Amino acid sequence: MKINKIVIAEPSPILVAGLIRFLEDLNQIQVVSVVDNIDDLNDKIIIHNPDILIVNPIILGYTNNKAFKQISQISSECICIAFVTTFVDKSFLKCFKEIIELSDNKQKVNNKIFNLINNDDASSQNESVDLSNRETDVLVCVAKGMTNKDISDMLNISVHTVVTHRKNIVKKTGIKSVSGLTVYALLNNLVEESEIYE
Amino acid sequence: MNYINKASMENTKMAELVISNPKLMLTLSRFGMELGFGDHSVKEVCEKANVNSSFFLMICNIYSNPDYIPTSDDLNTVDIEAVLSYLSESHKYYVEERIPHIEHHLKRIIEACPERFGKTLKRFFEEYKKEVAHHFKYEEETVFPYINALCDNHVEKVFSINEFKSNHSNIEDKLDDLMNILIKYLPAEIFPKERIEISLDIMDLSSDLNCHTLVEERVLVPFVELMEGKCYENK
Repeated sequence: MKINKIVIAEPSPILVAGLIRFLEDLNQIQVVSVVDNIDDLNDKIIIHNPDILIVNPIILGYTNNKAFKQISQISSECICIAFVTTFVDKSFLKCFKEIIELSDNKQKVNNKIFNLINNDDASSQNESVDLSNRETDVLVCVAKGMTNKDISDMLNISVHTVVTHRKNIVKKTGIKSVSGLTVYALLNNLVEESEIYE
Repeated sequence: MNYINKASMENTKMAELVISNPKLMLTLSRFGMELGFGDHSVKEVCEKANVNSSFFLMICNIYSNPDYIPTSDDLNTVDIEAVLSYLSESHKYYVEERIPHIEHHLKRIIEACPERFGKTLKRFFEEYKKEVAHHFKYEEETVFPYINALCDNHVEKVFSINEFKSNHSNIEDKLDDLMNILIKYLPAEIFPKERIEISLDIMDLSSDLNCHTLVEERVLVPFVELMEGKCYENK
């Protein structure tokens, strides 16, 4: 079973203690870090690469645009939950996957987090591990040493699409470097040796 | 967090420290320390090996806690020559010992592979070796001399540690790729036992390289930034 790493960003020690107490019974999670300001939060996100972030919007200075951008960026990498202790603009709360309020009881908090974790699992399980036909085409080109521009010209797709395919290839194979992908392509008989090294 | 601090180190026995964190064993030779500590404390062993104990402690903390970030007060107690010599010794250790060791194992696997697989694997590893050599060469021939010049207070070259920071390439990626190839993609019948051994070796090297990168990013870079700050203030 996967353990989800949680970072909590909340300035009040009392609320942090309460929150942690509520989370105790969930066995799929581990609180790896607690921070009370935005700078530490950024550091901890880089260090821990958490699966879930529970953040009080106060910390982000929720009224400005910069905070808005920042939280959307973070939420592309992990599940962001707002911990709302005061009035926060509704449009800002839209960036979050879930909202925990001061009036929530333990059961409610646990349910919210449990659902988020398990939804996330289901979606990643549905993803196929096999490369799609188009991805295989791109992989073959990469193995032959072609640039993104070459590939986009040859397959008649935009460079942006090439990049997306390449990201998916890395995600599915677990191999990041071009020379590693070349080995992969060869092992799977997708290319001939003579095509790679001339 | 669970940091080792200076006061507690005075009493800790070196043997206990190493046993509680075996990864540290790889760093000992870089400090010129040898096993056989008996009951000597960390402080005593450092003194005997003529090692700045604050820096040794920093390395211990980095190896035992990925969250550790030294404060600027900590950095001020460190001697830059010790840092550079430690890093050079690490480079030497990777290039002269670890990588050849892995290569030796890999050669046997390559020989057992069908020829065309073997050839690509070999080429892959050759490329990796070149990349590592290039990475270390840049540090030793460009970055370290710059830092030495900075210490002597004559900086002529237009370079800054920032340039290093943004160019600092990742030499662990290819190792991870190699692990994936060995564990997931190479046909099952090729040398299963040897593959397990080499995979464990690669994991060790990869985790040691990770710590090495942390030493560069969390000790070397901030230290040089402090020095650059002082240097330009004086001018």
